[in-house]
Amino acid sequence: MLKDTDRIFKNLYGDSSFELKNSIHRGDWKDTKEIIKKGKDWIIEQIKKSELRGRGGAGFPTGMKWSFAPKEPSPDRPHYLVINADESEPGTCKDRDILRYEPQKLIEGSLIAAYAVGAKTCYVYIRGEYVNEGKVLQEAIDEAYKNNLIGKNACGSGWDFDMYIHFGAGAYICGEETALLESLEGNKGQPRLKPPFPALVGLYGCPTIVNNVETIAVVPTILRRGAEWFASFGRPKNRGTKIFCISGNVVNPCNVEEEMSIPLKDLIETHAGGVIGGWDNLQAVIPGGSSMPLLPKKVCDNIIMDFDALIEAKSGMGTAGIVVIDKYQDIVSCISRISRFYKHESCGQCTPCREGSGWLWRMMERINKGEAELHEIDMLLDVTKQIEGHTICAFGEAAAWPVQGLLRHFRDQMEDKCSNLANRKIA
Amino acid sequence: MSSKHVSKDQPSEFKFSNENQLKIEEILKNYPSNKKKSAVMPLLYIAQRQNNNWIPLAAIQLIADILEMTYIKVYEVATFYTMYNLAPVGKFFVQVCTTTPCLIRGANKIVEACKKNISEKQGHVNKELDSSWIEVECLGACVNAPMIQINDDYFEDLNFDKVETIFNKFKEGTLPKVGSQSGRKGSEPIQNRTTLLDKNA
Repeated sequence: MLKDTDRIFKNLYGDSSFELKNSIHRGDWKDTKEIIKKGKDWIIEQIKKSELRGRGGAGFPTGMKWSFAPKEPSPDRPHYLVINADESEPGTCKDRDILRYEPQKLIEGSLIAAYAVGAKTCYVYIRGEYVNEGKVLQEAIDEAYKNNLIGKNACGSGWDFDMYIHFGAGAYICGEETALLESLEGNKGQPRLKPPFPALVGLYGCPTIVNNVETIAVVPTILRRGAEWFASFGRPKNRGTKIFCISGNVVNPCNVEEEMSIPLKDLIETHAGGVIGGWDNLQAVIPGGSSMPLLPKKVCDNIIMDFDALIEAKSGMGTAGIVVIDKYQDIVSCISRISRFYKHESCGQCTPCREGSGWLWRMMERINKGEAELHEIDMLLDVTKQIEGHTICAFGEAAAWPVQGLLRHFRDQMEDKCSNLANRKIA
Repeated sequence: MSSKHVSKDQPSEFKFSNENQLKIEEILKNYPSNKKKSAVMPLLYIAQRQNNNWIPLAAIQLIADILEMTYIKVYEVATFYTMYNLAPVGKFFVQVCTTTPCLIRGANKIVEACKKNISEKQGHVNKELDSSWIEVECLGACVNAPMIQINDDYFEDLNFDKVETIFNKFKEGTLPKVGSQSGRKGSEPIQNRTTLLDKNA
């Protein structure tokens, strides 16, 4: 188990105040000026060395992303840093805790990241429902301005840095980085085609780096304690510490910061008090937020929680939102509800997703209610394949994968529901 | 995709209060001067707050004029995002999360409580309680499931009885303490905490 001294988010549970003086006491803003003085190349090199991968779901190497920003901003195309705080993936509630209890880590990280990618302006896109979390962050930003930590000549570093909050308004798709940029520009949140990637053509057509809240908030600690320290946790290419959100049928649902590559069973049993009624009551776990395919108990027995291990198990680390489902739950109805989520949240731009996500949900409901015939199960799989890979953004996969996971591991339960119909017809 | 109910009863005009006009000037400073359109979302929020939590079409026209956008572009934004209400809602606007993490912790019981106490159908204003409720998708507080949002605030770690207690407060025009209704502060385990115990760490 990770030692408390190695935890980055010491105020994850809000034991202390988010105020600046308490944050400084916890170690924030220590030597920030000196860190910046070491230069862009040093910062990016350290982040590369730490093997930090994005914490928003895709797991893209952060240092590499930063290095895509053009070296020198041209005067008519300023660079932007955009923080993705549109946390909406079902099962995920980690960024919320950073916003409300550790906002200075995010602000300090934003300054350093902005300097590294040549940006003087940063927008934090917070999901609209996090009204109170946004208020806390605004207070923290105001405090940072007052103390010259950000603003003109931030921290005495010679770098000017401004930070603004922009609230979303209840659209899951705006967590997709290009939809987020569209939203920030005052449009419907509909994803853009990539390439060009935002690092070259992003907000207002200018080079833009978009990072998740947790990714940015761990940066100052990595640079203070050293890339080697961060890279000493987890397996190669899966380094560092990570906030896991453990929800569902566990004794003590909670968020917890642990090291990467920790066994899933340890995580659930040590920190969340175990599955209600014991490990044998486990039916399945969604390991990385609703879009990641579920894992049946026999896989959960031994799986470790990192990007590569979960891909091998045909699932994914995603946001590390772990939803524990016990054997008293109707697994088909659990996934059907996820299909309803994706039907509701499709932005409507690409036909396979707009129509297909509705089809998926309706077919899932037919199967769930025992109104479907056996051959519809194969048809369902076919529909997921029609959506997957045929859309502008990864939402298509996000809608298809949970259903595919269900088909892969719990087809028997779906067949049982369908054969009830056959029995009824005979009767 | 969600469909939006637009109220048939519309006020003929809408004006921002003086205070809100100042707020709008401040917000416009957050974006480059030639990118005023970026302020459309914050301005819709200001209109919604000023007008008892819903946005009349006259406000959409006004925002379009201020930001030099076409009416349809603002209307598009107002209808795309679920948090903009285009029809009146209750003073206590209850949003119940029923997505899977809340569902498996008993969100259906919370929906039952809404039906029993507020209205059988969602989106109907209960005049006595001055409240309406709707089902929404994941609100991002999954380790505190099941949960609801009332106006700006989250109420977490609920069950049928706890949520009825909250609804009963509506009669007095008040709300209980925001956050977990099971006595925890945030997302720490309710009991047997395992981390962040070392105060010197």
